[in-house]
Amino acid sequence: MKKWLKKVWHWIDDRSGISELIMPMLRHPVPPGSKWSYVFGSATLFCLILQIVTGVGLALLYQPSSDKAFESLQFITNQAVMGKWLRGLHYFGASGMILMVGIHMMRVYITAAYKYPREMSWISGVVLLLLTVSMGFTGQLLRWDDNGVWSAVVAAEQMGRIPLIGKYIARLLIGGDTLGGQSLSRFFAYHVFLFPGLLILFVTFHLYLVLRNGISEPPKPGQLVDPKTYRAWYKDLLKTKGVPFFPDAAWRDVVFGVATLLIIIVLAYFVGPPAVSKPPDPSIVYTKPSPDWYLLWIFALFALMPPAIESYVMFFGPIIVIGLLFSLPFISNKGERSPIKRPWAIVGSIATIIIVASLLVAGAKTPWSPNFKTKMLPLSVVNTTDTMAIAGSRLFYDKGCLYCHKVKDYGGKVGPELTYIARSLNAKQMTIRIVNGGDNMPAYGSSLKSHELNEIVAFLKSRR
Amino acid sequence: MNEDKIERRKFLTKLSLWLGALPAAIISVPVFSALLGPLLQKNKQEWRQIGNAADFPVGTTKLVKFINADPLPWAGTTAKSAAWLRRENEKEFTAFSANCTHLGCPVRWEAKAELFMCPCHGGVYYKDGSVASGPPPKALVRYQVRLNKDVVEIKTAPVPITNITA
Repeated sequence: MKKWLKKVWHWIDDRSGISELIMPMLRHPVPPGSKWSYVFGSATLFCLILQIVTGVGLALLYQPSSDKAFESLQFITNQAVMGKWLRGLHYFGASGMILMVGIHMMRVYITAAYKYPREMSWISGVVLLLLTVSMGFTGQLLRWDDNGVWSAVVAAEQMGRIPLIGKYIARLLIGGDTLGGQSLSRFFAYHVFLFPGLLILFVTFHLYLVLRNGISEPPKPGQLVDPKTYRAWYKDLLKTKGVPFFPDAAWRDVVFGVATLLIIIVLAYFVGPPAVSKPPDPSIVYTKPSPDWYLLWIFALFALMPPAIESYVMFFGPIIVIGLLFSLPFISNKGERSPIKRPWAIVGSIATIIIVASLLVAGAKTPWSPNFKTKMLPLSVVNTTDTMAIAGSRLFYDKGCLYCHKVKDYGGKVGPELTYIARSLNAKQMTIRIVNGGDNMPAYGSSLKSHELNEIVAFLKSRR
Repeated sequence: MNEDKIERRKFLTKLSLWLGALPAAIISVPVFSALLGPLLQKNKQEWRQIGNAADFPVGTTKLVKFINADPLPWAGTTAKSAAWLRRENEKEFTAFSANCTHLGCPVRWEAKAELFMCPCHGGVYYKDGSVASGPPPKALVRYQVRLNKDVVEIKTAPVPITNITA
């Protein structure tokens, strides 16, 4: 039996050339010492494969129609056998892919692996990054709940900032003047056909370049990249010290990739996918849209930027950032690769991590949003017998003051905390502030009756 | 002879490329028409009835919902739009788009505070739609609204898109 199987395999292999194609790829020599920092690219690829497989699974259950998608999402989550787990896998797979693509890119930047002759690897990598983020965005939209439709509108508004043609790009994105029957079909086609097609194309190219130019050797301080001699030097390095990619280097990719997948599997099962809540009805205005975590930092940026420059940043920001990313290998393509000799690369990377991480935290907390869920201040907090102040405390909630100002453990964080405001402002200053607003506070002069104003001031005067 | 062969190859190369480009160009016309479809079709806006005048007491601001112009049969709930309708006096109404001018999120009317507030990035507008605080670059966009005998009608409109200079 075994002999017979061997014979069959030999026939197939001889007529198809599978070994001839695969073996040189597996056995191609790689520089020695390429250790754990080299695993993030392959981990991204593992995640991509997971996304393709689970994506096909979801497509078996999904209805890409503006009126039915939401119901099919509920079907997948609540009725389909293991559907919730499948959704979780696709969600955490996306999260993992974004995370790995980010770490992979940062590793390549820190060790300057984008320098000669691997410029095209970096450029195709930037394309893959953009495609991955586009997949993440269109994917969260396909949930087609309230968050989905409003994400589409928010994206259209950003496109609207493109000069001259912005309005048309926005219309094109949502598939018409308003949301409707054409909206979801478009995002579905992008997410399921267009972007994955491009992803596979560019991943193939990206991997082909690894075989053509070889992976970068671990950098050593003082070992400069000279385009004139590098290829010959690298060839010699592989000849004298190279080890076969499989299994000498690849086992680490397998270990790390499998660990990544196992973590995704466990998270998907126990944490599960994001809930779908309200239907995709743009006339439901009582909703608080916010993107998935990997886009929260951009969401936060839009809240924290000075409004005067914001529209320009929305247009020029991406152009500058993407332009810089593409031009990096042209700005510096030779010389030192070691991070120890390139301290600014490390500073830049750490700064980027800190900025993005703090924006993520801010985006999760949204201190700039009114806290609509806050309750009226209880008497225990109001803590006064002055009837005017008590009436004022109720007005403080009714008039929306509490949405933005914190008093003890109640209220929002948009404006300053007012728990002890009477210690720093007197009644006159308070009145001026309430009537005229300013510094990002609405003027209440026209909407408060004079007794209401007095009551609110009485309440604030008791905050000491 | 050799010269002829080279010339012939040059000709065959050109022939193959141009011949291949022909069906590619023809086929791309309907494909790009599908891609650019939303820009190519003319959309007529419609007047929609949103209620009797008596439903809107003077001085109040209420949420009204209506169906967009010419929705596709499979649009479902996505065909709906919302506006905030304010009755200024017996004859006059103002209808504000529910989309924040910052990034399009749905603003909500806080009746007692007499403010529109946006949940996304904290934009706030006064009752006349002008910006009170937060990042919005301009006032809430208005829909056309009219009184037809005793029935209030609103004119459908595209999602308002804020441009870079607003």
